[in-house]
Amino acid sequence: MSSGTRIIEVRQNVFKQNDIIARALRQRFRDAGVFVVSMVSSPGSGKTTLLERTLTLLRPHYRVAALVGDLATENDAVRLARSQAPVKQITTGTICHLEAAMVQSALEGWDLADFDFLFIENVGNLVCPSSYDLGEDLRLVLMSVTEGEDKPLKYPTIFNSADVAVITKLDLAAAVEFDGGTVARNIQSVRPSMVIVELSAKSGEGMDEYLEFLKSQRTAFRPADISARS
Amino acid sequence: MHELSVAMSIIEIAEEESKRRGGLQISAVHLRLGLLSGVVKDALLFAYEIARHDTPLAASRLVVEEVPGVIYCPACEGRRPVGSLEWFCCAECGSLASELVQGKELEVVSLEVEK
Repeated sequence: MSSGTRIIEVRQNVFKQNDIIARALRQRFRDAGVFVVSMVSSPGSGKTTLLERTLTLLRPHYRVAALVGDLATENDAVRLARSQAPVKQITTGTICHLEAAMVQSALEGWDLADFDFLFIENVGNLVCPSSYDLGEDLRLVLMSVTEGEDKPLKYPTIFNSADVAVITKLDLAAAVEFDGGTVARNIQSVRPSMVIVELSAKSGEGMDEYLEFLKSQRTAFRPADISARS
Repeated sequence: MHELSVAMSIIEIAEEESKRRGGLQISAVHLRLGLLSGVVKDALLFAYEIARHDTPLAASRLVVEEVPGVIYCPACEGRRPVGSLEWFCCAECGSLASELVQGKELEVVSLEVEK
């Protein structure tokens, strides 16, 4: 600092605006009794395929909806609409991640009390989404068996920001000589005690356990609402 | 790569503070950047040079203080530095610890202004 200057204290969080909106969203989700799950991964890890199966399998028993983020196209919303669940696409233009304000405006026109589960599929990106709270209750980070066992070590921040690791495309595990033990060790190294789920949305392997896990999490987060509905 | 939008937010915060105080000539913005903020220091410094163009902060510098990760270690019963992002354990005893107490910061701490 040169002698001609002085210091003014500011102390302001750069993500403050996002955090304020995310906090308001979380409160809205809680008030409406909807359990919100977000999904992050690199492009091509199988977020949309898993989400399509999830919506289809949950829909007979729960009221489900989804928001899906991409830079461009409505392709994912069209795919997910096959599940018959309400789906909205968020196209971010050139922005590489979803922000709480995008979720907030995408929800306009929906009554959140109409849903038991809301899924938010983030833009395929393992870097930027880690900085943005979307107000979700549970954040899943997906990685497919084809991505290499050291992925968690290469992208520790996103794994650290998530609650659950979902290993996808288990049906390809043998072909790529997937080493589940090494992945589990790497995940535990960057995020000790993280829950790990292994599945294949295509073959159905592991899907029952995954859905039971989601349901149990919903019960844990929204206990009052569950008893009211059953 | 979201550092550009982060840099623009930093400039916005500084501009608002300047307006609130009736106009300041800002020569530097001091920022605290946590290990787990998801923002890369070098990319942010580069983005700041672009973002400051045509703003009242065009001549300002961004000064980044990196904040290390700190966890609560249940074995040591205290705050301890984290080994690294890839080895998220107590740097002293190696115990697994998931409770982060410091390291997510991304905060404009202060402005350096002309007297």
